[in-house]
Amino acid sequence: MFESSLKQLGDALRAKQISSVELTQTYLDRIAALNPQINAYVTLNAEASLAQAGAADARLAAGNADALTGIPIAQKDIFCAKGWRTTCGSKMLENFISPYDAHIIEKFNAAGAINLGKTNMDEFAMGSSNETSYFGAVKNPWNLNAVPGGSSGGTAAAVAARLCAAATGTDTGGSIRQPAALCGISGLKPTYGVCSRYGMIAFASSLDQAGPMARSAEDLAVLMNTMAGFDPRDSTSLQRDAEDYARDLNKPLTGLRIGLPREFFAEGLSSDVAQTVEAAIAEYKKLGATVVDISLPNSKLSVPAYYVLAPAEASSNLSRFDGVRYGYRAPDYTDLTDMYEKSRAQGFGAEVKRRIMIGTYVLSHGYYDAYYIKAQKIRRLIAQDFVEAFKHCDIIMGPTSPTTAFNLGEKGDDPVQMYLSDIYTIAVNLAGLPGMSIPCGFGAATNGNPGMPVGLQIIGNYFDEARMLNAAHQYQLATDWHSRAPQGL
Amino acid sequence: MSLSTDDVKKVARLARLAMTDAEVDAAQAQLNGIFGLIADMQAVNTDGIEPMSHAQDLSQRLRDDVVTEPNQREAFQAVAPQVEAGLYLVPQVIE
Repeated sequence: MFESSLKQLGDALRAKQISSVELTQTYLDRIAALNPQINAYVTLNAEASLAQAGAADARLAAGNADALTGIPIAQKDIFCAKGWRTTCGSKMLENFISPYDAHIIEKFNAAGAINLGKTNMDEFAMGSSNETSYFGAVKNPWNLNAVPGGSSGGTAAAVAARLCAAATGTDTGGSIRQPAALCGISGLKPTYGVCSRYGMIAFASSLDQAGPMARSAEDLAVLMNTMAGFDPRDSTSLQRDAEDYARDLNKPLTGLRIGLPREFFAEGLSSDVAQTVEAAIAEYKKLGATVVDISLPNSKLSVPAYYVLAPAEASSNLSRFDGVRYGYRAPDYTDLTDMYEKSRAQGFGAEVKRRIMIGTYVLSHGYYDAYYIKAQKIRRLIAQDFVEAFKHCDIIMGPTSPTTAFNLGEKGDDPVQMYLSDIYTIAVNLAGLPGMSIPCGFGAATNGNPGMPVGLQIIGNYFDEARMLNAAHQYQLATDWHSRAPQGL
Repeated sequence: MSLSTDDVKKVARLARLAMTDAEVDAAQAQLNGIFGLIADMQAVNTDGIEPMSHAQDLSQRLRDDVVTEPNQREAFQAVAPQVEAGLYLVPQVIE
């Protein structure tokens, strides 16, 4: 059952082979047994989950079930869910019980899905290893000494360890794709604006995008059909006709032109990841695709531009945490300013404070043009690189991350080294394009540790998610990397 | 360029983050490392390039000027650190 696709689970529920209450309880039992090792979940609420499951069973009995009715889904703890503690991985929101639902949560609730629990994450989604969470690091289910990636590391670990049927993540600079790669699962960051940001705690608003994380591309398509859609409460939500993201899954790949950016295979890419990704490209050729050499000449500037723009937006967004309306307030203070300064100093962790300070600095008088405007200009150059590249190919492929999962603590003291682990993912956010990662093999075994999962990144043109899912699904029909599960849990 | 101790203290004050001297020193070293990374941008000629603030070329949507939200003051104030009679309490700012 833990290996069943969402479609198989839905069929079993509709055929009354299992009830949603039984299915939900089975997952809750597995979480109780394994979560202490992995720390993928920060909040569980069995009573609420089982109540939803009971309602789903009634709906299934009445015969008006949706594709996700009765299926337990884990939610990244960045999505506000009414009555649920919603922490965003921060002490600042340690005791925050959300009074409302995010749009994404409303959509899952309307579909009759079960909120199985809230997953751990880097604090305010700022991190690439999950080590910045106030609630402790998540462990990679493939090797408990390794990081799961971040910021959606709890979600990635929960999916990989079969602690949920599927889950949600968010991606500002790679936070769906990089942990999906490091944990050997599939994850999709849609085109910016496809999924509503309403009720998704803001990090960098012009880059943040929600998306699904699951064991297969087929499952991602099912989740996208629920998650996507216009929402007037998000000022950048796109008004588009609804689409069936599974419509092209079974198309053959004959004639698909895959662009390989030479910058993604250059210095900095570890050789085991390079070999594994090249083997995946060879498989695509067998499936009928052709490859095209392309260039994204400004992609190396994506990390510097991102570390101006994202912190700038974050410093503005996180100014709302002032110890007045919600969140942490320091116990002792002398006046209002002291209360702000102490509440924020005690409520935020080190990485969040660093990014707030970078953002405050680059937006401050005298530096705005040199940093913020400069970075916005480079953002346009990066976006134009993709426009040019897509004149020569239908889809772009490369590595998701330059290495497989590194060890916990390995990059702890050096923010710059950590930032560079998102070198292949950030440009996609700056351009607003859809990107995904699917498992394509394992890296080299080292020091007695087994080889860790490698992710293949697939980048599509705007609104080309169905084509990306098609390419991923056809690969997953021909290979079994996506169905490998970590052993020994 | 590099940030001085005073720069770091000024930024912390602007960001409303209390910092000890030891934290200022640590932040100074890390921020200078990050600004070293960011400095790579300056080598690129961006003359005549229009700044890109957003991935989608959108104009702000308009809606009718009607009430769309019900009053939820009690629900929203239930998560506030300190409230009284429907008001948020903060330290006294006017003598």
